[in-house]
Amino acid sequence: MSTTPLPATPAAPAAPRWPAALTAASALLALLFPLLMQAIDQPFYTGLATRILIFAIIVSSLNLILGYGGMVSFGHAAFLGSGAYTVGILSLEATKQIGLLPGTESAWIAWPAAALASGLLALAIGALSLRTRGIYFIMITLAFAQMLYYIFVSLKVYGGDDGLNLASRSHVGFGIDLGDDRHFYYVVLVLFAVTLFGMHRLVHSRFGRVIEGIRENEARMQAIGYATTRYKLVCFALAGALAGLGGALLANQNLFVSPNMMSWFQSGSLLMMLIVGGVGSLWGGPIGALVFLVLEEVLSGYTQRWQFVMGAALIGIVLFAPRGIVGAFGRRGS
Amino acid sequence: MNAIFLLEQALNGLQFGLMLFLLAAGLTLVFGVMDFINLAHGSLYMLGAYMMVTCFGVTGSFWLALPLALLATAAVAMLLEVLIVRRLYRRDHLAQVLATFGLILCLNEGVRMIWGPHQLSMEVPAALAGSLPVLPGLRYSAYRLAIIGLGVAVAVGLFWLVNRTRVGMHIRAGASNREMATALGVDIRLLFTLVFGLGAALCALAGAVLGPLLSISVGMGESIIILAFVVVVIGGIGSVRGALVGAILVGMVDTLGRAILPGALRLLMRPELADSMAAAAASISIYVLMAAVLVWRPAGLFPTRG
Amino acid sequence: MRSPSRWSPRPQAYPRPPPTGAAGRFGAAGRWPAAVLAACLAVALPAAQAQEKLRIGFLSTLTGPISGLAVDLQNGFQLGLKQAGGRLGGLETELIVADDQQNPDAGKQAFDKLVKKDRVHIVTGTLFTNVMNAIAPIAFREKVFFINANNGPAPFAGEQCNPFYFNVAWQGETPAEAMGKYASDKGLKNVYVVAPNFPAGPANVAGFKRYYKGGIAGETFVKLGQLDFSVELGQIRSAKPDAVYVYLFGGMAVNFIKQFHQAGLTKETQLIGGGFGFDDDTIRGVGDALVGSLNAWWWNRDFDNPQNRKFVADYLAEYKQPASLFAAQGYDAAMLIDAAVRAAGGKLGDKEALRKAFATAPFKSVRGDFKFGANQNPVMTYYLRQVVKDAQGNIVNKTIGPLLPNHADAYGSTCKMLS
Repeated sequence: MSTTPLPATPAAPAAPRWPAALTAASALLALLFPLLMQAIDQPFYTGLATRILIFAIIVSSLNLILGYGGMVSFGHAAFLGSGAYTVGILSLEATKQIGLLPGTESAWIAWPAAALASGLLALAIGALSLRTRGIYFIMITLAFAQMLYYIFVSLKVYGGDDGLNLASRSHVGFGIDLGDDRHFYYVVLVLFAVTLFGMHRLVHSRFGRVIEGIRENEARMQAIGYATTRYKLVCFALAGALAGLGGALLANQNLFVSPNMMSWFQSGSLLMMLIVGGVGSLWGGPIGALVFLVLEEVLSGYTQRWQFVMGAALIGIVLFAPRGIVGAFGRRGS
Repeated sequence: MNAIFLLEQALNGLQFGLMLFLLAAGLTLVFGVMDFINLAHGSLYMLGAYMMVTCFGVTGSFWLALPLALLATAAVAMLLEVLIVRRLYRRDHLAQVLATFGLILCLNEGVRMIWGPHQLSMEVPAALAGSLPVLPGLRYSAYRLAIIGLGVAVAVGLFWLVNRTRVGMHIRAGASNREMATALGVDIRLLFTLVFGLGAALCALAGAVLGPLLSISVGMGESIIILAFVVVVIGGIGSVRGALVGAILVGMVDTLGRAILPGALRLLMRPELADSMAAAAASISIYVLMAAVLVWRPAGLFPTRG
Repeated sequence: MRSPSRWSPRPQAYPRPPPTGAAGRFGAAGRWPAAVLAACLAVALPAAQAQEKLRIGFLSTLTGPISGLAVDLQNGFQLGLKQAGGRLGGLETELIVADDQQNPDAGKQAFDKLVKKDRVHIVTGTLFTNVMNAIAPIAFREKVFFINANNGPAPFAGEQCNPFYFNVAWQGETPAEAMGKYASDKGLKNVYVVAPNFPAGPANVAGFKRYYKGGIAGETFVKLGQLDFSVELGQIRSAKPDAVYVYLFGGMAVNFIKQFHQAGLTKETQLIGGGFGFDDDTIRGVGDALVGSLNAWWWNRDFDNPQNRKFVADYLAEYKQPASLFAAQGYDAAMLIDAAVRAAGGKLGDKEALRKAFATAPFKSVRGDFKFGANQNPVMTYYLRQVVKDAQGNIVNKTIGPLLPNHADAYGSTCKMLS
């Protein structure tokens, strides 16, 4: 159990490619989804799809540090929350003029600010946490997230435990009104596509290879001469920034931020989504978010006891589909 | 703020700490021996409290109900171990976290289905219902004193078990090096089931005993499981001694923090503001304590490995 | 020497990513859009709904330690619905129940769904003010009537009053005001105050102080949901007050009173507070420790008017337990909706007419007198109640007498809404 075999080379895939026609159809569905929902008079599901896309972005950011970087963080929700609160606070300052900070409702300022704030926070937390490893890293990241949670709970001026309502979604200009769910969906879809593309490029770049190498065997990478902690820290900060962007989008989606967004339960849910989807694969994040949120939506519609079914489903997935959904389906062909 | 007040709070901190110890001891043993992260440990605490209410309803006696509740919870826990937990020992921590998270959801909902959503309550046994003069000017609840006594007794009992018995030797061997223990002939499967059951019994004891003090409701385990993990990390994984020291430290810091900080902060600001800042600061203090301990002793205060 | 496999992520510990070139079996675009479409069609197709149905969203805290109170509220509401034959105001009524999980985040999402997917006309059932604050802006914007069947936050009675908001239960501070009047009348000099630290807490205490003119021995704001009061009880003991005024409910009330009793404080000082911390839920949890305490409220099971007698009898028959005050609130909400929709002739589309109907339709509340003030919050009488042991040995609240007759809340003047 404690032997460390040499990493095997990935088996060449024997599976046929998913038919290009179906890929195209899926992409088309994603593009036309809001219009479809409008046609069948169910605009609520556009909001749900937007939520799924936002969580796909956030869980992908977790995938970056967990799947590719091998760092198990139980405090990732802290970055989601700090990004959301950046947008929330800026919006509150703009509309109510509390006077502590300058305010703005412009997406062009607030969203990059959210990513920047979260990235810097991740840099700080990472610098302290990455001195530890294993269970201690998990606990320290959890501890920092909890600290942030309690700080925001005590900030009554920004809502405290009750959270903050946003007066309206961020302003983008160019005739796009984020208050219209359809416009918002498309903006999020574009950001999602950019995120996935960016991750793909990052993972295949030299940086990505180094990070994966560190995950496989840190001692070896150090022996070769890489400053492994620095690479891990950059990875951690990037993931934090991306989660912050996701948080900014979530704040817009809900028009509401609260410290619950940073609770350990939320961090745990993000981990769940990723594991369900498949850690370490590019689509693990999006698929996990999709399955988890759709399951939650469908189950809660059918029964008050949905948590029981959800719990049983999670246990089932861990026992019988250990590599998540992507893993389970990816195997079949090879 | 006088000496009597501080002493009363110190006793409260000790009581809280010893209860945390009951939870943390089971957790650290399970973690140390089986390398298994059990998020559902808090749910076993909740189950213990609910079982106690039922056993009390059936037997009418607190003293009869207590061992029954412990046995019942341990039995449920061992069943879960055989059915689910056993398959997870070889998996990585992440899988264990996910599965036990699912277990929390199932246990919460299961308890709600069986016992209903309303809060339940229990009475303190009549023999312990009053208060005792601990010091001139300080009367302390007899029940809480009994809890302190119980905590100390369990600590002594566990030390004896772990350090002076054969089973304890196997447990310590399993905690330091599982492969070697197996190679030397220890029946690992039975040992694991027993350790899991023991952990559950300790949780159930905490739940059953705290039931009359706190209210018994679904999800009561969630608030306490994080503190238990913090205690385990501070004390060192696999170390019962560490769990004791860590638990008392955490109990004291939390209780004294909550006692002193509001008064201190009120000198600076309005009562509501002072109280909310104090609550935040008291909650954060535990994590700061943990971070500080990890900086000084990265494997906790009494690491069993290495 | 530390074995590396234990403390660092093991090599091979995480599933190897599928070979990136071929991107696994399902290709770059993934399966998720198909799955979403399937899920949506499965639940969305029964979209054709007859417009005459009255759809009411019941959003409450169905999970968590306070869920027992939500169950009572819902039971009361459903009894009212049942007595109306499933047709409130003459319209076939669909009740859609949703869970806010006691947090505004989940509450807002659940409410979003009630408004956008289920298209409810009325929403009720919410227990917590923080959830109310999160959902109210949406309700007002989407023109959904929010019938508050619980604690009414001060802003909604005052500056943020809105035509779509009605409170059929009570405005948060009024029971505190009634208790404050009792404390003043009785000549108490030194009262210790305990309340939770969420917006309704200090507001409630302010209400108490509005009518209580004596001295305050001390003031403590505990964490919402706090269960261990050893620290606070120590402070109370040192302060030696005449009475302790508490604004606590649910698990907090049960624990506080139990621990208060165990610390021997029941013998030393009088416990007073607002009714819902001293009602059946707490009595069930605490038992004898509560006997002798006083509370102020606007309803009691022993009120002797025809609709209350009917309600209490029917509730006992239906649910096999005595009606609690939360059940009474739920029942009143159903009765109000029935009266209002009937008065508006079942025309749900005309919002202004419906609003007027809510404000003025005669409805027989189980509490006896009831009318809405101009700010759409109740104007009613508050009574003193005491927890006693009755002839059968049950612990119940006994109505002593009125404290504040025909009392309106303090915020009506700041509401700028035209009636």
